[in-house]
Amino acid sequence: MDAFASHYTYWVTVLLMAAGLYIMIARGNLVKKLVGLSIFQTSVYLLYIAPGKLIGGTAPIVSESFTVYANPLPHVLILTAIVVGIATLALGLAIVVRIREAYGSIEEDEILAADRDGGERA
Amino acid sequence: MTFAHLLALEVVVPLIAAPLAVLLRRSSAAWAIATAACAFSFFAALLLAAEVWANGPISYALGSWDPPWGIEYRVDALSAFVLVLVSGVAATVAPYAWRSAAAELPREQLYLFYALYCLCVAGLLGMTITGDAFNLFVFMEIASLSSYVLIALGRDRRALLASYQYLVLGTIGATFYVIGVGLLYLMTGTLNLADMAARLPQVQETRPVLAALAFITVGVSLKLALFPLHLWLPNAYAYAPSAVTAFLAATGTKVSIYVLVRFYFGVFGLRLVTETLPMREILLALSIVAIVTASLVALWQTDLKRLLAYSSVAQIGYTTLGISMASKDGLTAAVVHLFNHGITTGALFLLVGGIALRAGRPEFERMRGLARRMPLTSLGIVIAGLSLIGIPGTAGFVTKWYLVLGAIEAGRWWLAAFVVLTSLIAVAYVWRFVEAAYLSEPGARTPERGEAPAAMLAPAWLLVAGSVVFGLHTGYSVEGAQRAAALLLGGAP
Repeated sequence: MDAFASHYTYWVTVLLMAAGLYIMIARGNLVKKLVGLSIFQTSVYLLYIAPGKLIGGTAPIVSESFTVYANPLPHVLILTAIVVGIATLALGLAIVVRIREAYGSIEEDEILAADRDGGERA
Repeated sequence: MTFAHLLALEVVVPLIAAPLAVLLRRSSAAWAIATAACAFSFFAALLLAAEVWANGPISYALGSWDPPWGIEYRVDALSAFVLVLVSGVAATVAPYAWRSAAAELPREQLYLFYALYCLCVAGLLGMTITGDAFNLFVFMEIASLSSYVLIALGRDRRALLASYQYLVLGTIGATFYVIGVGLLYLMTGTLNLADMAARLPQVQETRPVLAALAFITVGVSLKLALFPLHLWLPNAYAYAPSAVTAFLAATGTKVSIYVLVRFYFGVFGLRLVTETLPMREILLALSIVAIVTASLVALWQTDLKRLLAYSSVAQIGYTTLGISMASKDGLTAAVVHLFNHGITTGALFLLVGGIALRAGRPEFERMRGLARRMPLTSLGIVIAGLSLIGIPGTAGFVTKWYLVLGAIEAGRWWLAAFVVLTSLIAVAYVWRFVEAAYLSEPGARTPERGEAPAAMLAPAWLLVAGSVVFGLHTGYSVEGAQRAAALLLGGAP
């Protein structure tokens, strides 16, 4: 129980990760898949940031009055990862818009069925 | 000192060329700047490779922040080899795109195409040159995001779906990679690959490190399309514009293989990868299945571009087979195959792009009697096809030779026989082209007599010639690969 309580951020991370992956596999709607992808990526932000937090820790300021430092690097890394995540999501949604224009649907099974009927774009 | 800045320029020049191409807007200006940037990178990569051969690895502290705190760019025998391949193919495909992209893309989007092409080149070169695990992720995403868009530019609407599938799977792969790097960072407190390798032995047997190995393996395997994680590849290659397919097939998966090799041998170390976890056996099994299944599936395709896409999956299997041997000959085969298959598959997809230009989709039905209508293109495909099979005298043979040597050295005669026998399946699918183009009468849908434009034929034939020259004259490619293999087996990079 103690291990569970002190590592609860990891449990949240794993839960989000699994939920995101599950949505991507289980849902046929292309937008919902992207929602799953986003949740999955967000779980990784937590994986990085949580260990970087030290209770009572300050930013690394070189001074005698501060002795407990929290590592700022994970936060900076995740800022980059968030930007990448936004770019991916934006691009994914843009492609879904184009798919809707080309196929008239964003349901995976309908799109695959449309392609089986033959398919050069007009 | 000025020489050292070449490491940064190698990546920065194509990276800056991308926004410049967008600002210039005129497609001819954008093409010129993209071609110049790729040519510069190729030239710089050659200089760096020569320097590494003569004086050993070069390290560059980006922004003068000393490693391991700052981001380090590092060129050694292995990364120099991959840099030359990537920038060389980029510099060959860029002139080809002048006619090919103009024929396949809307005129007003051309400048964006060249901008994305530069971004993709910068991303792949960055992945190769960086010595920092997180920086590698950022470059991986630069390369991936631009390649999703490049694939979506294909004329067929199925290109959009292929791009979407690649986006979802590619992002899962990259995220798995970040999870692995995060776990390694938690355990070692560093992101510099060399520093990480030095600190890992203290925490080697812990569960987070093993989990990191698993996450990085799965994530990078998605990117390099290791069977059964290859599902995004055939559609993406088949429906992307010709120039994009040729470039990505020759470089994209190759750089991911480089990342896998770098992590296995340069960071985790041979002991952890092969003894604590059965990675060698897993890779061996997956490679064998990949070679057999993908080659057989390739046989039944009705479209030459899809056939070559499946053949690429099989060829990735040969590379990972070499990695799984983890011996000097095996790794030499893997590294030299990156190069040999890179130029061979690049040549094939470039020539198929010429057929696509004249005949629409490169279906076998439209290629009946093609040898009489497009003799140079057909001959090029046959020669590059021989290299794909691994006929002596072509580049593909060099790889097979070292794979067989590695298998015999490990005492696995059945594996040597397997490598030779599966080449027969490649004979069968290359024969399908020969049968259609040379032994059939031209049909109603075969294009009229006339070659692809010289601007497309010349780069393609350059690569065809390369796949013969590097089969007869193996000095540079094999020695480069042997140095890389020695470096990998020698421990820390």
